[in-house]
Amino acid sequence: MPAEVTENPSAAIPSASGRGLYRALVWRKQLILAGLVLALLLSLCVDLALGPARYGLDQVVLALIAPDAVPVQVRVVLWEIRMPIALMAVVVGAALSVAGAQMQTILNNPLASPFTLGISAAAGFGAALALAFGVALIPAAIQYVVPMNAFVMAMLTAFLIHVLSMKQGVTVQTIVLLGIALVFTFNALLALVQFFATQEALAAVVFWTMGSLTKATWPKFWITLAVVLVVIPLFVRRAWSLTAMRLGEAKAESFGVKVARIRLETLVLVSLLAAIPVAFVGTVGFIGLVGPHIARMLIGEDQRFFLPASALAGALILSISSVVSKTLIPGTIFPIGIVTSLVGIPFFISLIFSNARRSW
Amino acid sequence: MVSIRLNDLGAGYGRKPVVSGISTPAFGAGEVIAVVGPNAAGKSTLFKRIAGLLKGPGEVVLEVEANGWASGRAISYMPQDNSSSAVLSVYESIVLARKQGSSLHVGDDDLRVVDATVEALGIESIVARNIGDLSGGQRQLVSIAQTLAREPQVLLMDEPTSALDLHRQIGVLSLVRRLARERGMVIFIALHDLNHALRFADHVMVIANGGLHACGPVAKVLTPALLRSVYEIEARIERCSQGQPHVIVDDVAGDRPVASFALSA
Repeated sequence: MPAEVTENPSAAIPSASGRGLYRALVWRKQLILAGLVLALLLSLCVDLALGPARYGLDQVVLALIAPDAVPVQVRVVLWEIRMPIALMAVVVGAALSVAGAQMQTILNNPLASPFTLGISAAAGFGAALALAFGVALIPAAIQYVVPMNAFVMAMLTAFLIHVLSMKQGVTVQTIVLLGIALVFTFNALLALVQFFATQEALAAVVFWTMGSLTKATWPKFWITLAVVLVVIPLFVRRAWSLTAMRLGEAKAESFGVKVARIRLETLVLVSLLAAIPVAFVGTVGFIGLVGPHIARMLIGEDQRFFLPASALAGALILSISSVVSKTLIPGTIFPIGIVTSLVGIPFFISLIFSNARRSW
Repeated sequence: MVSIRLNDLGAGYGRKPVVSGISTPAFGAGEVIAVVGPNAAGKSTLFKRIAGLLKGPGEVVLEVEANGWASGRAISYMPQDNSSSAVLSVYESIVLARKQGSSLHVGDDDLRVVDATVEALGIESIVARNIGDLSGGQRQLVSIAQTLAREPQVLLMDEPTSALDLHRQIGVLSLVRRLARERGMVIFIALHDLNHALRFADHVMVIANGGLHACGPVAKVLTPALLRSVYEIEARIERCSQGQPHVIVDDVAGDRPVASFALSA
């Protein structure tokens, strides 16, 4: 056997021990995470600076550090109007990206994400039922009916995908096609809701399906943040198990991972992560696909780093998209869902083609 | 020193038992036990049952010297399928195997074990490579490394040579026997090639029709009569000029056309 492993001497790194290499690798990954945090902070500041009234970055930073040092008008615009929107971009991006990352992990499918598999569409349909007709799928306090409906529909869909993906002979492509079917199904149902909705409800539903951060408020931000802060630590606790899932079910099982249980737990948590943002800001597509892939390229799939990197990459993409949605046509804020889709679709297509060549 | 004995062991999926009533004498440290039998005889199921991954009747009697081993990972199962497309380096994947179920922090103790494992298998040159980019033989070695890094005392290897060419089959099996001897492990290894069993194993368990057909020292158990009843072949066991016993197949037994054997599986 040693004959084989030395067949490619150029791959050998004789001077460094495995331990040293590993420590260096971990250090590099921490640096990348720090870099992502910095990039996110920068994007956040730019996002805050842009709008009908433009401020300099210095003014934004000053208003953040010492709110009393800037004029009242600037303070109100930054803290009351722009801040919830800018922060919403960050948490929604993080939530959707982590949701996509873990769906890809447990389904062993690079094309899985809440958006491509119809979970976002299902959540959208559930939310629309509440918006248009006040239908509550399960009884909830009136202000939570919309997110609750979104969550229930998202979870039912995720569960359906889970059950079907467990069937024998189901390939990566089958699941993607199933997802497309689900997207069409829920879009059709959504159209039905729109058809029967009143004029005012229709406007609300249509605007909402475009996905726009301008609906963000402080309470919505806090709820989304709370969901993210509850769910991500639960994933962190399972970091080794989730990473092992990517070595294949049999291998993970042999390591002592309870495969069926972790699949189900992850699915419930992913539904929560995918549904709440959809309920608050509408359908924002492709973040759950693009975010994890960028994280994977930068940092690999050790979940101790992959998980925060996915969250940061998703947050960064949506924050940059928010900047782009303001700058494309000055004076107009595009619905951000349009921006992310225009960026995400070419990415999705390239993934399909690379997936045809390789198993992942 | 470790010793393991199976007592009336059974397992299956759902209510349907795949294997049942399997009892063996105690196997001790340094011993290699070949587990052979026709396809779908229940070898993998038995392994999963021994490793505690499946529930079922009977018991696995494991005696481990109290030296701080976590009993949960004293027995480790190494599955047949080890292909993965995960973006992980070989070294990371071995750390991952060791750290399962414990804290997120990777300490120097863990890395020392991983380094020692890498060295024992001679895979230093590929530790930085991505596990998705390995050849079949390298993947098998990495899989063994992952299992060893969990420091098991009993190792269950499910057809580790099935995807390998002859050179690498011999390499892996020599390694398995060396590891059993050096580390005082008990290694069960599912094999199809009976000549490999004759050459590398101390004992053999023959699984057929969901039960233990025979069990004992390899040379005593593998006889023409057994091969006829289990595999339906006419064969001789003959010693070569080096004194090593070999199975020589003369013909399939009976009048059945060969194709019916393939179809009956």
